[in-house]
Amino acid sequence: MTDSFAVSGSLRNRLMLTLIGGAAVLALLLFFVVRNYAVQVAQEGQDNILAASATSILDAASIRDGEVELDMPYSAFSMLSTSADDRVFYAVLQDGEFLSGYEELAFTNSQVFQTDQMRGSDVRKISASRTLIGANRRTELQIVLAQTQDALSETLDRISQNAALLGIGFFTLAVALSFWATSSTIGQLGKLTTSVTRRGPQDLSPFTKPVPREMAPLVISLNSLMGRLDQSLSQSEDFIAEAAHRVRTPLATVRSYAEATLQRVDKEENREAMRSMVKAIDESSRAAGQLLDHAMITFRADHLERHEIDLVDLVADLVQRMTPIADMKDLSLSLLGDPSVPYSGDPVLIQNGVRNLIDNAMKYGPAESVIEITVSARPKPQIMVCDRGSGFPTNEIETLTSRFQRGANEKDTIGSGLGLTIARDVAMAHGGGIDLENKPEGGACVTLSL
Amino acid sequence: MHANLTPTCHEKKIVPDPMKFLLVEDSVDLANAIASRMRQDGHVIDHAEKLEDAADFVATGEYDLILLDINLPDGDGRRFLERHRATDLDTPVIILTARSEVSDRIGSLDLGADDYVTKPFDHAELEARCRAVLRRKSGNAKTSIKIGGVVFDPVAGHLTVGGKAVTMRNRELRLLELFLNAPGQIFSKNKLADRLFSYDEDVSENAIEVYIGRLRKHLAPSELRITTLRGLGYRLDHDG
Repeated sequence: MTDSFAVSGSLRNRLMLTLIGGAAVLALLLFFVVRNYAVQVAQEGQDNILAASATSILDAASIRDGEVELDMPYSAFSMLSTSADDRVFYAVLQDGEFLSGYEELAFTNSQVFQTDQMRGSDVRKISASRTLIGANRRTELQIVLAQTQDALSETLDRISQNAALLGIGFFTLAVALSFWATSSTIGQLGKLTTSVTRRGPQDLSPFTKPVPREMAPLVISLNSLMGRLDQSLSQSEDFIAEAAHRVRTPLATVRSYAEATLQRVDKEENREAMRSMVKAIDESSRAAGQLLDHAMITFRADHLERHEIDLVDLVADLVQRMTPIADMKDLSLSLLGDPSVPYSGDPVLIQNGVRNLIDNAMKYGPAESVIEITVSARPKPQIMVCDRGSGFPTNEIETLTSRFQRGANEKDTIGSGLGLTIARDVAMAHGGGIDLENKPEGGACVTLSL
Repeated sequence: MHANLTPTCHEKKIVPDPMKFLLVEDSVDLANAIASRMRQDGHVIDHAEKLEDAADFVATGEYDLILLDINLPDGDGRRFLERHRATDLDTPVIILTARSEVSDRIGSLDLGADDYVTKPFDHAELEARCRAVLRRKSGNAKTSIKIGGVVFDPVAGHLTVGGKAVTMRNRELRLLELFLNAPGQIFSKNKLADRLFSYDEDVSENAIEVYIGRLRKHLAPSELRITTLRGLGYRLDHDG
């Protein structure tokens, strides 16, 4: 079935790729935003402490006797202490002249934070200045304070790790959610598919189960398609019935007139013409009937209407119905076998198949003979019809069951080949078959097993 | 010597009431054909073209059997059957169907039809089915023919000769019935063959002689004789 249309892509894959790709981008974005924000906050913290420390050093300076006096306050350094033992560098300058500390620390104007290299380490540095006013002098005291960033980078590593974990967690959750969302969305399609597949071939009623709004147009067009199919099927059934009626009624008229005329006509050549006419009508109506039956059986065989039946009752009904015809030929129908054979099958089909077998037997059985119909439950439920005729030609038994095949030794009997085909189709629809054999004492036996 | 067919002979024969049929069939041609064929056999037949007419006929007359078509201009014959069965009338009904048996059979019989015949049908088959149905419904004796020490009931298929029941095959019965319905008439071998055998059977002239021979044996104790007329055929005579 799949090769009758082209498959292009997969809704599931498309949906999954979109959702997972989106989640990945979002997770990366989350990671970078969180990390950058954390870096910013941590840097601001360090900067604030550096600024406070520089301010407290500058505050400790004073002018005494015209000299600048600076006693480094202990607190200024202790507030800079970190868990990672970061090193602190300083330089004190007066009016641009280096006084004390590390000379390589250059003063830059005013309170600006800078990241720099110093002795192989990244440092954060701040320059601050204070104007000292003495009795007779005014001087500018400048300080440069720098701190390595080991503790900061440790903190940043930790924060990055957490941000990454957060990102991965988000991504995992998003993937799981998109799996769920995808399968529950596609699942609705799957449900519809299953309920279409599970239907019997004859079930063309519209779908009434609720479906998501997006699928409603699909279901609506499916329902309208089935409606049209249903209509055209019942139209063709009506057509067959009507066609049969139109053909058979005039045939019946012709046949009845011919028969009535035959009773009145005495001249032998006229009688012969009438007889040929009746024969031709019989042949055509029988062939038409069997073709019609065969079409109906082929149609019904696809979806058997199984009922719990007793094969013996079913065949007994049939025998009763066929007895008047058998009587006319002085044939007797005898029903043998088990008293009851329960079976689950299509009674109309089985009866039709057996009727065709008895029809055949009546055609080949010599007058005043018995046709034995045996219904048995073992080894399989089966119906055997035996006549006392000349039997099947041995070289044709194999090919006899195939369609339209007729035995060569009974040229004058009307189409018995299709009768066997119908019986075989009925048996096969029930998982069985037909067997043909000649009895050693003469006569043909056909067994229809189910 | 054989007696000729004289009015005195007729007086001795007790003819049964004719059987009364109602034929419900919309095709006038077919109905005429069936009716003319049945009248040849001495039956009385009324014809209704529509269900409405059929209902009127059933309401006013009494029928032995109804032959009912399914496709009728004013409805489905099976609805008529349902209504008919609902009114307690147990007149047997045989359906004449032109449809496939696979689709229609079960439905018709379930609705109370006694049998059905598929169009086009062999008249002999229709007659045989009518008899089978009538036999099942009632074995009433009004169908018996009594003549020359013979009591014959064609519906039940019973023959008694000189008070003794005789077992006969179906073809022997039909042959006897043909003769009894027209004593004194000459039947050619071909005519007899047409009535006894179906059209797809090969019948030798010898076969007819075999049946005539058997019938003669059965009738031996009675006053009835079957006479051979060379080159013409056979005739039933009544030794008077």
